[in-house]
Order: sequence, then structure tokens, then C-alpha cells
Amino acid sequence: MTLAARPAGAMTATALASFAASRRRQAVIAVAGLTLLCLLLTIVAIGQGAFAIAPGRVAEILGTRLFGDAAELQGRDALVVLNIRLPRVLLGLLVGAALAVSGALMQGLFRNPLADPGLVGVSAGAGLAAAATIVLGDRLLAGMAMKLPFAALPFGAFCGGLISTLTLYLIATRQGRTSVATMLLAGVALGALAGALTGLLAFLSDDRQLRDLTFWSMGSLGGASWTKLFVIAPIVLPLLLAVPLLARGLNGLMLGEAEAYHLGIPVQRIKALAIVLVAISVGASVAAAGVIGFVGIVVPHLIRLAIGPDHRLLLPLSALGGATLLVAADIVARMIVAPAELPIGIVTAALGAPFFLWLLLRRASTLDG
Amino acid sequence: MADLTPIATGRNLRFLAGGRALVADASLDLLPGTTTILIGPNGAGKSTLLKLMTGELKPAGGEVLLDGASLHAIPAWRLACQRAVMAQHARLAFPFTVYEVARLGVDGVGRALPRQRREAVVGECLAAAGVIELASRNYQTLSGGEQQRVQFARVLCQLEAGQSVSARQALFLDEPIASLDLCHQLALLDMARTIAARGVAVLVVLHDINLALTYADKLVVMDRGQIVAQGEPSATLDDALLQNVFKVDLSLSRAPAAGLPFLLPQQHRPSAA
Repeated sequence: MTLAARPAGAMTATALASFAASRRRQAVIAVAGLTLLCLLLTIVAIGQGAFAIAPGRVAEILGTRLFGDAAELQGRDALVVLNIRLPRVLLGLLVGAALAVSGALMQGLFRNPLADPGLVGVSAGAGLAAAATIVLGDRLLAGMAMKLPFAALPFGAFCGGLISTLTLYLIATRQGRTSVATMLLAGVALGALAGALTGLLAFLSDDRQLRDLTFWSMGSLGGASWTKLFVIAPIVLPLLLAVPLLARGLNGLMLGEAEAYHLGIPVQRIKALAIVLVAISVGASVAAAGVIGFVGIVVPHLIRLAIGPDHRLLLPLSALGGATLLVAADIVARMIVAPAELPIGIVTAALGAPFFLWLLLRRASTLDG
Repeated sequence: MADLTPIATGRNLRFLAGGRALVADASLDLLPGTTTILIGPNGAGKSTLLKLMTGELKPAGGEVLLDGASLHAIPAWRLACQRAVMAQHARLAFPFTVYEVARLGVDGVGRALPRQRREAVVGECLAAAGVIELASRNYQTLSGGEQQRVQFARVLCQLEAGQSVSARQALFLDEPIASLDLCHQLALLDMARTIAARGVAVLVVLHDINLALTYADKLVVMDRGQIVAQGEPSATLDDALLQNVFKVDLSLSRAPAAGLPFLLPQQHRPSAA
């Protein structure tokens, strides 16, 4: 039985098939290109620094570590690569991927390309919770002569991220419709409140804590270590693997909540899962590297320009793109004022803020949703 | 069509909003192979009744049965195989292509189908809705009427894909022709009847009384939340109903050929007030 009232001519059917095929080809090219770029930048980033190592040597050391006899790895360059540079770059990849994916998730959840965890106060909320964990946690534990375990930070930051995401969602969404103006304004208010409270904590803190807090507010990969990585990776990696499960649901949500329900999508479950995933990934990345803005808005947008908004591709490619962007930003941060380094949040903001303004100018109408 | 038990049944449906009953005690059967058209003045509760029948809204009283089972007890994915819904207007936040929008209809419901079959379904339905030429266009840049036809294609995809799971299906269209030109209004309603002819129960909310009279197998008239008349179109609508429900001073005429009733707005005289 055929549905066609006027049957699709052979021409249009072929045209449609070749259109679908060309979209798939685009996607393959994007995946391959980004993967290559990411690998290249990773090797450059590992080689770059006060003790420069040629990219070829970096690849050799990594190759030996992975596939060869690790005992052969003697010498200063191997030590620098494996103990200092590698954890930093891996942390950058992980945090970049987490931030970009949480940006893409939020944009899908709010059905708007302007949502970003940094922009709407989620990162600030996570930062505040991390700051509170440092300052207040230290005080509480000082009495018991204990040191604050690092794992407490991601947990604290996660709670902060969750509370701010939920608050934002409750304020901005009424009867299944999200007001973008409300979302952005509520985000500004939440961010300001979190900022003020973080300031209060800074006022209460001692010198060492103050240095830590400054680090949170500007973002840096400087504190990277294998220990830190081993705390963050088990949180972020499963999450990145779980994200494709949400893709079909988010695609359906693009039509609106009622339509998604009609398509058989468990809307409430998808929304709750997206909120929790955003909170976890933002919390973990804030705990590891402080507040790094704009990755979540720049990366998914560029990916959409390249291959379209289908979440089944958008989410994994955002992860790849975010990882690439953050490693690139880290290279820049260490290059401009070498041998010192800029906080990486300054670099991403310098890149992202003009991009955001451009986005606003180009799509002024998206604010009226 | 041997089996004429209703596919969807609404029993004594009631829905309240802000202390007002938008739908009060409405009962409705949707039969396989039948196009039911719901008409009524603005605010009569047509869309609300349609939303109650699709499960989008939960009734304050009464119940909706789909193929004998309580609607809200059916899992969402199963429900999506049994009925498709086209809402009044759907805007998209992101630049999906027309092809991708239509494909949303098969992505979930048709996930058991092989990819070639899914793509073929999308192609057939885009052609059936007359939008296959737009397949590679950005949905956001289409006109309102074109968007509406693309949404119709998506709904067709969902029905076609769901057929492998459930043969007894219902289609709900809420003012599907509101922004279409006359040619496409007729094409869409023709298509709705073709689908009904396959055994699907179709419910359409319409404003145009002439089109409703032409396309309905069964006409349902709502006023102030209640169903005031339902049945075979030419027996259901009369001049008294037009006066009382639609508040117009028009009378029905009979078309010479098929004997179907029709209205001429030209008869209208502006009231002195």
C-alpha cells in the first residue's frame, strides 16, 4: 500500500536519497576532521612549555607508554610528558568535553541556542558551592585535624550546579514553555547572587583559601595532577557515554513538550536526566578547573553550523569540539604571557563573549520565544 | 471494514481551568475508517477536547479509552504507535531541515524498522504531504503554511511507522489547514480522508463550516464546553443551530449535485447595532 496521493517521481526519490547520503558524508568528514585536529592539538599542547619537546618525540613517548615497554621511558622529557603535561592536557580534554556537552544539553532542554551553563549562572552556582566547600569545609575540619579530601569538591560543586539548574528551570519554564528572556535574566540574577556570596566567602577566607578562590573564579588547568584526574574522570566519562541516550528525546523535544509526548518520548524523564547530567558535568569541571565560560555556547553552535542540529551527532561532536577548543585555549593561555600563564577562563571569555554578541545580533528574534 | 468498535472513546470528559469548565461532560466515539470533524465557535472547547482525547491533558472527570484500554495506562511509546497528533502550530528553536523534521515521526516509533525502510517512509510521506521539494530546506525559513504541511508529513510518518506495531490507529488534527491556501486545504483534507479509508479513526478540528460539511463522515458541534449535536453532517447542522451556536444570521442551502448543505457568507447583513 502506498500513501502517495501524487507519487514521488523517480527524480525526487533519488534526490532525497542523495541528500540523506550527503548529510551522512558531512558528518563523517566532521568527525574525522575534528578527531584529527584534537589529536594534533593534544600533541602540540604536551610539547609546548618552558621545557619544549618536539611533537615527534611527544608522540613517541606516548606511543611507548601505551603500546611499548614502559621501562624504556627514562629521561627528563618522558618525565615531563607523563607526569606534568599529560594530566593537564587530559584534564583539559575532559573538562572541555563536559562543558560543551552540558551546553548542548541545556540548549536542547531550554529549546534555545543561547542557554549556556556559564551564562545562566549554573557554573557560578557550582563555583559558589565549591568555594563554600573550601572555606567552610576547611574550618569545620580544622577542628578535627583533618584535611579536606579533594572528592568533596566535585560533590559540593555538583550540588551547587543542581540547585541553580533546577531553580533556573522552575523560574523560566511555565506550562512547558520556556521564556528565554526570563531564563537569561534569572541567570544574571542567580550569577550575581552566587558572585556576591562567593565574595563574602573570600572576605572570610585566609590567604591560602583566597588564592584558591581566585583560581575558581577565573578557571585554570594549572592544578592538574593524576590524583585530580582520577577523581574527575570516573564522574565525567560515564556521563559522556550516557549522553547519546538522550539524543532522540532531545530531538523530539525540539518540537515542543506536547509534540514530544505525542511522539512517545518520556518527556519528564528526559528533562530530569538532562538537568542532572548538566549539574554533574558542570560541577565536576568547575571542581577540577574552576569556572570556564562560553565553551558550552561556542562549540555546539559551530557544530550546528557545520552538520545541523540533530542531537545524535551534535552531542558526541560537541564533546570532541569542546575538548579541542579547551586544549587550544590552554595552548594560547600558556603562550601569550610565557613563561607565566593566563587563567584559561580569560582566554575562553575573550573568544566567547564577542561570539555571543554576534549570535545575539544575528538571531535577535530568538529572544522573543 | 468488519470491526466497527470505536478506536478511541471519550466518556463524560470534564476539564476545568481557572474554575471554569472548558469541557463539560463530553462523550465521543472515534470509529475506524471514519472522519469525525469537530466544529464550534471560538472558546467552545474544541482544542481542549482534542487534547483530552490525545492524552495531552488529563481530564478532571471521565476517562479516555484507546482500543479498550485506559489511555493513561498505556506506555508512551506504545501510545505513539496507536495515535498521531498534529497540533496547531509548532515552532522549532533550531535549524532542522524539513527532512529531519519529518524523520522525527519515524525515529522513535519506527526504530525497529531497517534504515532503508525508515528513509522510504519519510520520502513517501513528504511526497504525500506535497513537501518533498522542500526536503533540504531549513524548516525555520518556511512560510507558516509550508511548516504546517511539513508537520502533516511528520504525522503521516508516525502513523506509517506505527502501523507495524498497531493496526488500529487514530489521527488527531487540530486546525490543520489554518494557514494553508485553498488548494492545499483541499489536498490535506483529501489526504486525511484517504488515511481514514485505510481504517484509521480521524478527528479534525475545523473552523470552515463548508469544508467540515464536505469532508465529515460524522460532524460534532461544540458550544461552551458541551457537545450540542453530533451525527451525519447534513442531518446534524441546521439553521437553528447556526443561529444559536454560531450566532450568524445565515441559512443553509443545498448544493445541486451531491445535495450537501452549504453556507453563503454573502447572505450576511451587518446588524444595525
